[in-house]
Amino acid sequence: MSMLEIRDASKVYRTGTFGGELKLVLRRVSFNIDRGEVVSLIGQSGSGKSTLGKIILRLSPLSAGSVNFEGTDISTWAKGQLRDYYRHVQGVFQDPFSSYNPLYKADRVFEMVRSVYFPNLHGRQWHDKIESALESVALNPGDVLNKFPHQLSGGQQQRLLIARALLLEVKLLVADEIISMLDASTRVDVLNLLVDLKRKGLGILFITHDLSLGNYISDKSVILREGAIVEMGETQKVFGNPQHSYTQSLLTAVPQLHRRWAGAGESVPAGVPAAVAVNGSGGALGQAHVANVPVDDDVFRDGEARRYSKSSLYPPRSSGPHEPAHDAKRAGSGPGPRPSLMDIPDQPWQRRFGLAAPKLGAILAADGTQALVECEPGHFVAVEDEL
Amino acid sequence: MSLKVDNLRIAYRTLRGDVRAVDGVSFSIADGEIMGLAGESGCGKSTLGNSLVFLEGRMNHVSGTVELDGVNLPIADYKAMNRHRLRDVSVVPQYAMSALNPTRKIGRMTADLVKSRGADYRNVLEEFKRRIDLVGLPQNVLNMYPFELSGGMRQRTTMVISTLLNPSLLIGDEVTSALDVTTQRAVGEMLMEFRDRGFVKSMIVITHDLSVLAQIADTILVMYAGKLAEKASSNTIVDRPLHPYTQLLLGSLPEVGLRYDEAPLTGIPGRPPSLLNPPTGCRFRDRCPFAFDKCAEEPPFVELRPGHEVACWKAMEDNAPVNSEPASQGAEP
Amino acid sequence: MSVNTGPPSTPEDFAGGTSPGPTGSPVLARSVGAGGAELAAMAPSAGADGFGGGRRWEFLHFALRNPKLMIGLCVELIFVAVALFGPLLAPYSPTYHGTPGLHPSAQHLFGTTYPFGTDVFSQVLYGVRDSYVVGVLGALFAGAVGLVVGFAAGYRGGVLDEILQLFTNVMICIPQLVLLIVISAYLTTRGVLFEGIFIGVTGWPWVARAVRAQTFTLRERDFVDLARLSGRRAVSIVVKDIAPNMASYIFLVFVLLFASSMLVAVNFDFLGLGPTNGLSLGDIMNQSTLWSALDLHMWWWFIPPGAALTLMVLALYIANVGLDEVFNPKLRQT
Repeated sequence: MSMLEIRDASKVYRTGTFGGELKLVLRRVSFNIDRGEVVSLIGQSGSGKSTLGKIILRLSPLSAGSVNFEGTDISTWAKGQLRDYYRHVQGVFQDPFSSYNPLYKADRVFEMVRSVYFPNLHGRQWHDKIESALESVALNPGDVLNKFPHQLSGGQQQRLLIARALLLEVKLLVADEIISMLDASTRVDVLNLLVDLKRKGLGILFITHDLSLGNYISDKSVILREGAIVEMGETQKVFGNPQHSYTQSLLTAVPQLHRRWAGAGESVPAGVPAAVAVNGSGGALGQAHVANVPVDDDVFRDGEARRYSKSSLYPPRSSGPHEPAHDAKRAGSGPGPRPSLMDIPDQPWQRRFGLAAPKLGAILAADGTQALVECEPGHFVAVEDEL
Repeated sequence: MSLKVDNLRIAYRTLRGDVRAVDGVSFSIADGEIMGLAGESGCGKSTLGNSLVFLEGRMNHVSGTVELDGVNLPIADYKAMNRHRLRDVSVVPQYAMSALNPTRKIGRMTADLVKSRGADYRNVLEEFKRRIDLVGLPQNVLNMYPFELSGGMRQRTTMVISTLLNPSLLIGDEVTSALDVTTQRAVGEMLMEFRDRGFVKSMIVITHDLSVLAQIADTILVMYAGKLAEKASSNTIVDRPLHPYTQLLLGSLPEVGLRYDEAPLTGIPGRPPSLLNPPTGCRFRDRCPFAFDKCAEEPPFVELRPGHEVACWKAMEDNAPVNSEPASQGAEP
Repeated sequence: MSVNTGPPSTPEDFAGGTSPGPTGSPVLARSVGAGGAELAAMAPSAGADGFGGGRRWEFLHFALRNPKLMIGLCVELIFVAVALFGPLLAPYSPTYHGTPGLHPSAQHLFGTTYPFGTDVFSQVLYGVRDSYVVGVLGALFAGAVGLVVGFAAGYRGGVLDEILQLFTNVMICIPQLVLLIVISAYLTTRGVLFEGIFIGVTGWPWVARAVRAQTFTLRERDFVDLARLSGRRAVSIVVKDIAPNMASYIFLVFVLLFASSMLVAVNFDFLGLGPTNGLSLGDIMNQSTLWSALDLHMWWWFIPPGAALTLMVLALYIANVGLDEVFNPKLRQT
């Protein structure tokens, strides 16, 4: 049993006037994180990676599926029970400055933790604890204590937040794009720190859009696209031998120092056919340069999640939506089933006038998200369809 | 026809004094050249790039001249610069997809913009339509409001509008920074395409991302703490940098295929100096592993190899300047 | 109105070493433009000590130099002094009966009334105090209710938000005047306290709406998420994290409430629905109308109280505009 198991996590948002449209942001995402393992969750904007991070941190509710921490499904826990959860699972976010309340000093973040989790620790003991946490993140206490957030650099701010997490007995750290707003020269230090912590047993969910970062530090990588996993597995296998066309197109689009886009042969990942067109020789605008690799025809398309309206899914009048096999999986999912969109039956009059929202189960069934196939040990790919 | 910047100094007024954001910068760009302006936050690259188009209220032009195509650009004079904006100098801002007025239709907005620059919209309309077609947008974009288009389409539209009057100089301020990897590539290639087709003569691409510059720029200018550190062709910068800052910066960039276990990267310790009271001498001195006594004196920005300019005493020690006194600067290692 | 909506973007505030924004959708609310971030990184230690330290000095510095604020404040303080000390300095008691209908003169600066001959100047001095009392009471109550409702609706969202919004909208629709008339019919006497509370209890909806909107924005900030991750409770988060970031806005709200409460009170008093005891500026004007001061050309009876009230409220509004400029760096004309 892994430390964190995510099973069929799905999330819907209501949009449109009167909430008639449903926006599917996460589609049956499943993967695990073990102790001392860094898992990269890689995706472009709109892929749902940050949403998943917030769901794991219980800052956002899950619509369907489960998040199991050490065997228990925490997605149904009430707010009161979360205090214990937060002892083991913490998060650091993208904008270091925004994580601090600008009116208070930076080390207030420590004080917030103390008042809830260590109410009996005072003075010297607490100070020692802080100092040892700061040392583990390579910060000099004299440099960062008693200062306001804007007096610290971005790198110091992020490390302070990691130190805060280390004050608790944290087992899993959700790092949501924590270095994307830092300078290139400070990014590496924070990255190296994460690897250091990993070696001491901390599990890390490293959410990023930058493939080279994911490649640098993670053991496993999960590539997310529009809320669904397209490829996942051991990092070296996923990056070295990408099977899904989306992964391949991402890899060829990453700007590298020593390789041109549409790299002419050298250091092109295996499996991607060598492509044409060197720099500046005038290619089709708006199209990725790589020949023979199927790419989305509109490279500029926003990562918009699938949208469903009731008219498209919900057959008026005749049979209601059939409950998919998905339901059967949920049937045995532990005590206290949470009422979800799938459980609440529609009133006949709602169906008559088409007022009921499409069921989540129906949406997922119609969604056509493919299951993952193991193409080699430790390397899973989604079967490609006409996405 | 080119850009020539001579000893430009720009400062920000603050309550505590003047922040010398751009402190004596001189360089030139030839026709058809895409120059990347690289550096980390606080180095002054954004200030430099933006000052060539629009000097914000807080920015103060202290001294120096800017010459575009032989004509002096009056960057300190807002009204006088109006004649040049969009026609001679243009800018593609960061978040270009949000740069369009949401309450005007795109065609109307462009017409107003073009008219305000003294050009006739009817003459330009044909070309506008052609370029819209070129970037892969449908013709009825002109009749749409910005919110009817997707982010990528807005990005392309903004770039077309910015270059509509064929400016000599286009400044891209962190154009690729907020984008997904695939969009970033498409934008980068579009910039090159514009240059290839002659829509713009030369370009300054401002970014902190050296890997993107390695793809699209012909030359790269690295700035540090308001001053120029190094300028050379992009291949040279990437393969044979001379300035320690450039070397360390390149050494801290992760690449696909590199893993921590095999090759751990190191960053640059310390922080850039405050520009309110910049230190004397070389500004990188505190963080430089090669610093020695001579660095207490500010190094000049000289050409050490053909087409390769550096401001560093150590680099000068190792390579005699191209056309100047012999290398015996009296430096002790 | 200004709220700390994001990282600093003025040269005076600094955060170190942040480079331009995230990928994907532009984070407009945060507006870490390249210029702002560069600027911020350029002088990392030169900035003031944030709100807690030098930022307050920065506000004070600009406050002292803002003409609108200074003039408004001075005029208001004059009236506050009048409210505090006026009755002591009044040459006559407000109920003194003397020669009616006298023009303003050295003995009666604002003349006397008709037919009782009370000194208008003295009445005005007493009236300023009464008006202020009602203003303060009204502001306090309206502010308190509005803040609580606004924070609760804005932070929680969901069903509570819907209910509170419904309540707010209903309160907006109930006309204050009609309600006051109805309630007055059942009361034998009305005091200043009653009037103040009534105005407060019916004047909060706009506060709740505005506070709710600001809370929505602030709720999305990362430091609120961090507080939740630290196991803090909702009330504690609102009071310690969200409210202080709106402090300048809340201050402005109270200033506006103060001014508008006084105006509303004048409306009621003028119609005779004011306190049955006491004498406010509105009451003076009410009496002047009842005794046909206009027809009798006794302009000195109603113009001084009207002018006093106008000045009191106007000074507050102008000071308000000045305060907004002080708090919001972008509005300053440096």
